[in-house]
Amino acid sequence: MNLLFDFNVDKATKTIHITREFAADLDLVWDAFTKAEMLEQWSAPKPWRYRIKEMDFREGGRCLSAMVSPENATHWSLAEFIKIQPKSGFTSRNTFCDENGNVLNNNFSLTKNSFKAGSGITTVYIEKVFNDLSVVEMFVKMGFKEGTAAAMANLDEYLLTLVTNK
Amino acid sequence: MRRDIFQAIADPTRRAILVLIAVQAMTPNAIAEHFDITRQSISKHLRVLSECDLLNQKQEGREIFYELKIEKMKEVDIWLDQFRKIMEEKFQQLDQLLYTIKNNKK
Repeated sequence: MNLLFDFNVDKATKTIHITREFAADLDLVWDAFTKAEMLEQWSAPKPWRYRIKEMDFREGGRCLSAMVSPENATHWSLAEFIKIQPKSGFTSRNTFCDENGNVLNNNFSLTKNSFKAGSGITTVYIEKVFNDLSVVEMFVKMGFKEGTAAAMANLDEYLLTLVTNK
Repeated sequence: MRRDIFQAIADPTRRAILVLIAVQAMTPNAIAEHFDITRQSISKHLRVLSECDLLNQKQEGREIFYELKIEKMKEVDIWLDQFRKIMEEKFQQLDQLLYTIKNNKK
């Protein structure tokens, strides 16, 4: 099945728009995005693991989680849930933090996830607004760069195309 | 002072300057002619761009020409592209998980 994946960046407003279809009904996709035990199963690119230490999915609640490397290095992040409309959407404020949820710096992103049911398909629309686009670099570096051979190979390939296109 | 490249593109005038000098090297006066703002504020924007390490300066006679360091501008795109790949990979894992759950229900 061909599932839509759309990724657009508006640098001026520091916003990333992502649209993705999933071949499952709304209830299941909603759970996959909001339940700790399901999030842990898909949120880390291999060979990293994603572990959730605290999950309090309600408005004003928070999710404290970590990306864990094969060498067990951890990068913690915090999502604070601002608004939740069950089976329709939720908004969170995301920051990097320590293992107790103490925020590391002033950088943050606001993430709005919206869900739309179709026939056998659910469309998820994600809007991420960064206070500074350099957070994207930090996100990539902290969470994934080290130890992710595949991602690095991709980067090498990408750099090579840039060099040869000059 | 060292600045981040992202500070450069945060301002609309600086983005317009980057577009101008991407095409050809220009003097501050020539750049200023394209804008309805003071020569002073153009200098300020050029200083920020310079601190972001986005400008090459060339002296020709008494004039200074500014041109864009294209390779620096590409840094942003590289990170954004990496981010897109990470999201893509995550979603493929979710596809797999959803598939497994649906099959187990049957």
